Amino acid sequence: MNTIKKFLGLIWMILGPVAMTFLFIQAVEKVGLTHTDIERTNTMLQWGIILFIFLPISLGLMIFGFYAWRGEYDHLPQNSEEI
Amino acid sequence: MSETLPKNNIFKVIGASSLGTLIEWYDFYIFGSLAVIIGHQLFPEDAGASALINTLAIFAAGFIVRPFGALVFGRLGDLIGRKYTFLLTLVLMGGSTFLIGLIPSYKSIGYAAPVLVLILRLVQGLALGGEYGGAATYVAEHAPKNKRGFFTSWIQTTATLGLFLSLGVIVITKNILGAETFGDWGWRIPFLLSILLVVVSIYIRMKMHESPMFSKLKAEGNVSKNPLKESFNNKANFKMVLLALFGATMGQGVIWYTGQFYAQSFLENTCKLDFNDSRYILLWGIAFATPFFVIFGAWSDKVGRKWIMLSGMLLGIVFYRPIYQAFLDDTDFSKVEQSDILSAKTAPSSAVLIANTADSLRTITTKVQLKNGASYSVVKTDTVSVQQGIRSGTEIVKDKVLPTPIFWKFVGLIFFQILLVTMVYGPIAAFLVELFPTKIRYTSMSLPYHIGNGVFGGLVPFIATLIASFSGSTPLSGLWYPIGIATLSLIIGTIYLSNKKDESIND
Repeated sequence: MNTIKKFLGLIWMILGPVAMTFLFIQAVEKVGLTHTDIERTNTMLQWGIILFIFLPISLGLMIFGFYAWRGEYDHLPQNSEEI
Repeated sequence: MSETLPKNNIFKVIGASSLGTLIEWYDFYIFGSLAVIIGHQLFPEDAGASALINTLAIFAAGFIVRPFGALVFGRLGDLIGRKYTFLLTLVLMGGSTFLIGLIPSYKSIGYAAPVLVLILRLVQGLALGGEYGGAATYVAEHAPKNKRGFFTSWIQTTATLGLFLSLGVIVITKNILGAETFGDWGWRIPFLLSILLVVVSIYIRMKMHESPMFSKLKAEGNVSKNPLKESFNNKANFKMVLLALFGATMGQGVIWYTGQFYAQSFLENTCKLDFNDSRYILLWGIAFATPFFVIFGAWSDKVGRKWIMLSGMLLGIVFYRPIYQAFLDDTDFSKVEQSDILSAKTAPSSAVLIANTADSLRTITTKVQLKNGASYSVVKTDTVSVQQGIRSGTEIVKDKVLPTPIFWKFVGLIFFQILLVTMVYGPIAAFLVELFPTKIRYTSMSLPYHIGNGVFGGLVPFIATLIASFSGSTPLSGLWYPIGIATLSLIIGTIYLSNKKDESIND
């Protein structure tokens, strides 16, 4: 199980930037499809919110993956004293 | 200490904590439940679907700032205590909700209206970010050994009961005032009513004592000097924050908000169900499912938290698409035969001039009653042009009222979704409390909870509606967001979480 945890860590590390790239491409595409100024402002606002909040989360997923790869989750604390 | 607390005292603790949390959820949810009406009030009349999406964006903004509220008030709670911190959050929440009820419409003050509501919505989000972690921590720190899941699950019911209360107040107010008056100004009443509820709750909370574990920590001089630093700069603790987020609260959040919010939005906006019908369905579903929060919370004390929560996620992943397909199929009246129709009454047409032209829009509404008890309205909008005559426009079927058997089938489908909510949400407070030590518990548990629920969960209606509006998408496309997030969380939770039951949180 620890080996699976470790190698899945690589996937989480890759998934963070992949997800952000996907969202960024979507944002550019959807803003490009707008026809009027107000529609463009609305679309940029919506995608701006999405990018703003998911950027730190994807960074968190990368750190989580890094910890998993380093074997930090091989043993979980059994009580709060271990933290 | 907590182990020797008399039974009637623990129920006082639960009651006082839950009432305040219930009111905060009520305040938070009335905005979402009234999104369509508020959209008409805050934005120009011709904004159409973008008004709904922008209102949902304001609604979502309240969710997005919840993690920041968790940091600000979580820090305060770990520094000055649980009791005074969640008294403060209650005042902020009640005050901002009351003020939303007083904001003039777009017609009166233009774009200042959505801007002011956005600011108040942000205050609501910050307050809620501080409230929940405090209430859960406070109850858990009073709970007897081996009953932490059971006792904290009462706090968990408040989120659903807050939605129940908000829907109930909205339906009653609308029925008393009538649809037109409610859409005009009556929607403000549920917001204004909040101030009374908050005053009662503050009075009750003022009588509460500080958590025994925090008091002990304070007496020993062991209160954290810098909870934020100790929570997130300590790798051993930070890695647990990340695990709690990606392995539990992220999936739990999307299951919760799909079952309770996206379901309502889908029934009303995609299936075009009647306003009252969609809310009655949700009210019944919630009423039947709410006791299961306590059942799953108590069960988690015996079998552990992990597998109950992850089973809820798995069932959501498997059943969401069939459930929402059934919603679509059963509200599809396009294949109604002439022989199925009991009556069809067309109301006198109304016409509105199109700005800067000599043309006008003519609306013809036909109310159709079927033999099986269902009814719906067909609204046809034509353009009447001076030069080109009448140009036939679109036909919209809306205000669908379901026949009784289908109504109860929908109640069953909503009940099932909320049952999944009770599985993922019932044990989560105990699960989070047990992950972190007392002196940084408020801060540490609040952040993953509010990112999972506020960001991942709270954005379900917004992102799912956005995905469904893409060209080439189907009405079910929006479900890929909660399904994808729940799948990721299920995999991480299954592999990385342990099913431990921490018996001591007094450290």
